[in-house]
Amino acid sequence: MNLILQVWRQDGPDSKGRFVRYEANDISDHASFFEMLDVVNEQLIEKGEEPIHFSHDCREGICGTCGMVINGTPHGPDPGITTCQLHMRRFNDGDEIWVEPFRATAMPVIKDLVVDRSALDCIIQAGGYISANTGNAQDANAIPIPKNDSDLAMDAAACIGCGACVAACPNASAMLFTAAKIGHLGLLPQGQAERNSRARGNCTNHGSCQNACPKEISVDFIARLNGDFLRAGFK
Amino acid sequence: MKLISGIPSGPIEDRWTNHKFDMKLVNPANKRKFNILVVGSGLAGGAAAATLAELGYNVECYCYQDSPRRAHSIAAQGGINAAKNYQNDGDSVYRLFYDTVKGGDFRSREANVHRLAEVSMNIIDQCIAQGVPFARDYGGMLDNRSFGGAQVSRTFYARGQTGQQLLLGAYSALSRQIGLGKVNMFPFTEMLDLVLVNGKARGIVIRDLKTGKIETRTGDAVLLCTGGYSNVFYLSTNAKGCNATAIWRAHQLGAGFANPCFTQIHPTCIPQSGDYQSKLTLMSESLRNDGRIWVPKSEGDNRKAREIPEDERDYYLERLYPSFGNLTPRDIASRRAKEAVDSGRGVGPQNNGVFLDFAEAIGRLGKEVIAERYGNLFDMYMRITGEDPYTVPMRIYPAPHYTMGGLWVDYNLESTIPGLFVLGEANFSDHGANRLGASALMQGLADGYFIAPYTVGNYLAQGGLDKVPSDHAACKEAEGRVAGRIERLLGIGGKRTATSFHRELGRIVWDACGMARNASGLEDAVKKIPVLREQFWSDLILPGTGSRFNAALEEAGRVADYMELAELMCRDALNRNESCGGHFREEFRTEEGEARRVDEEYSYGAVWEYTGENREPVMHKERLEFEYVKPSQRSYK
Ligand SMILES: Cc1cc2nc3c(=O)[nH]c(=O)nc-3n(C[C@H](O)[C@H](O)[C@H](O)COP(=O)(O)OP(=O)(O)OC[C@H]3O[C@@H](n4cnc5c(N)ncnc54)[C@H](O)[C@@H]3O)c2cc1C
Ligand code: FES
Repeated sequence: MNLILQVWRQDGPDSKGRFVRYEANDISDHASFFEMLDVVNEQLIEKGEEPIHFSHDCREGICGTCGMVINGTPHGPDPGITTCQLHMRRFNDGDEIWVEPFRATAMPVIKDLVVDRSALDCIIQAGGYISANTGNAQDANAIPIPKNDSDLAMDAAACIGCGACVAACPNASAMLFTAAKIGHLGLLPQGQAERNSRARGNCTNHGSCQNACPKEISVDFIARLNGDFLRAGFK
Repeated sequence: MKLISGIPSGPIEDRWTNHKFDMKLVNPANKRKFNILVVGSGLAGGAAAATLAELGYNVECYCYQDSPRRAHSIAAQGGINAAKNYQNDGDSVYRLFYDTVKGGDFRSREANVHRLAEVSMNIIDQCIAQGVPFARDYGGMLDNRSFGGAQVSRTFYARGQTGQQLLLGAYSALSRQIGLGKVNMFPFTEMLDLVLVNGKARGIVIRDLKTGKIETRTGDAVLLCTGGYSNVFYLSTNAKGCNATAIWRAHQLGAGFANPCFTQIHPTCIPQSGDYQSKLTLMSESLRNDGRIWVPKSEGDNRKAREIPEDERDYYLERLYPSFGNLTPRDIASRRAKEAVDSGRGVGPQNNGVFLDFAEAIGRLGKEVIAERYGNLFDMYMRITGEDPYTVPMRIYPAPHYTMGGLWVDYNLESTIPGLFVLGEANFSDHGANRLGASALMQGLADGYFIAPYTVGNYLAQGGLDKVPSDHAACKEAEGRVAGRIERLLGIGGKRTATSFHRELGRIVWDACGMARNASGLEDAVKKIPVLREQFWSDLILPGTGSRFNAALEEAGRVADYMELAELMCRDALNRNESCGGHFREEFRTEEGEARRVDEEYSYGAVWEYTGENREPVMHKERLEFEYVKPSQRSYK
């Protein structure tokens, strides 16, 4: 298939960006979206031009490195997947595709489609953990954990930290990201000791984050977080 | 090059305990005076950086991704082994040790493997304490599954995202230490060279990938935890950025490289669909617990899977290996798949796969149970291929996945360069010629949480480490090497992209040094690779500059290193006139077509010494002794 791409190019954090038009021709519909971009990039390099910079690594939907806005939606048109999992069979011959970076003040553009998501790491550093030094942990089966709790904790823990929820949020807030971590740890007995000190923040409940999340993490975790926040306040 | 493995004496089950007692300790008040550089934030690096910081050392940690949470450990799906015997099926430390030595086809060090089996239990305890949500049964106890090469259920898992959950555990411990100011984290940073002072590893040269800035960081010990080199094949299950740069630089400066030809080709990946293919995707081996592998009995049978009657199907693993069936170890499962495809019985549009069929399991257990076990893997498959594995069998084919070879390390995980420790997949230590499923996560975390924190302390406690200022001549020299190399890459001004060179290199290595190898193919590759390398250095095209974010430059630098490593792999494979584990030399097989080891001659680790650009490397041997598990022909019949 042949496609027209309108891609956001921006030299650096302080430069002005703009859309640039490219043609992607003879693309197989079995190729992934990134394999399509690879083809375009190889052609650019052969012409001595800088390739389109985009974040990617595992290319199988788990590392959370990738993420861009495709035709107005973070991670593109399909729900429940990351950009690297998007395949060209989802598009039609002749389509014009608009590609731009995640946009949020807390995630400035570094170059082209690559943004700085270090703010998410800072959230985890501020308390997204259970303080358990290496060594001398008790036997793993010493505390049984009801399967439902453990499964729910896993649902929350599936977050890949891609930042799509921030990009989709009208307030550019990392509420779903934060709630997922707090939900994961707060559902486990090991996470109780620090539960109150972990709760923080508040949210205006638009729900756009849940729609954008490639792991379909539920906004229910934000409700849990708000519960924890109140509870901590009363203590 | 001297190879002193430093294996403690005494009964194998006491060695690690005694060794821990014998090692020197650093006084708690002195720990903060030491600076430790940890390159890599995967299971090995993340765990080591966090634990060393908890102990009180100053730690710096580096990764090329934008966050330490994205190291490729995140992609591991299937699980992690531990000898907990929670299933009461007769597992023990000794059995895990035995299975791993045997699974490695008697090419690993017994003492290391035993230690690994011992600490496997602490790993699971530690992970639970951190909040890793491993799968549980309805009684709330931890669940286990079985994995290839084992007849007990000892694999702990978190849906199909075990690596992710383990890494997030290590990342949370690391983040805590970053928050406390004990770890200085450098994301978006690539290590491009090593600094030696008086023969000891004392620093690294790094490039800030966002700005292109090059600088040296100095310290008292360097830990390389940079993962494996499967990307030498171009197409592999590794992430696009995985590279051998750090270990190759260390090798060039004197670190022995052990068994580079021991690579693992994973049997269950999605077959290639076209030339544009940029990587291959693994389908967890756990699928072999319930999926049955087959091909049509006759060549060129292009009927749809469901139209082929039972008696015209060849469930070749069940036929050849009745007691292990679909759970034979990876090397065997891969080789047999290759045979099936090479014999003209491959399936799919390109006839380049075999079926992995869940119809029987769905019939027996119901779709829900299968969805619960493998739902996310099935979804992933569907997204990539557009086919629904609940109704048609998956198509799979082997792909490069893991590298058992790596930098040689002694019992303390120290390389032949003093003060340079190597952890996780980057070292050669525990898996011999073939790694059992669910054992890499175990090894990475064992190295990082439970071994290096002791052995690095022992090294530091011996003293003799005066401060090295960052403007030391050795630092300037290493920075000069890095800058010169970047300039050279940017200045070639040729016509071919790094990707196209990488693809061509990958094809050469895959054909000559992939699933099946033979002397003439390897000799040929040893001639072809230097020619390609020559072309690379004269015809590469590279846009942009070194003084800013330049993804094409990063890629080119990595490909340049693979060009050299690939040749060493082929030389190593050529040297080893036997078949063992993942190293299958067609000339050396039993009548039944299995790998035939030649123990009298090759019961050693082959450790290569770098002698200079375009000079033949020199091989040294670490003789292996088997006091406990007597080498036998591996049999999974
Ligand atoms: C798809 C897949 C599935 C797997 N499934 C399983 C499984 O189920 N069970 C199992 O036991 N094993 C599995 N494995 C193997 C296992 O995941 C790896 O062997 C293991 O996670 C490697 O961990 P590591 O810490 O050594 O390296 P990695 O996790 O690869 O980390 C490497 C780190 O080094 C950094 N780095 C690399 N080069 C540089 C450089 N030059 N400068 C700075 N930083 C650098 C990276 O940024 C990264 O932080 C799987 C592997 C793959 C690819
Ligand atoms: S590249 Fe890893 S999630 Fe997309």
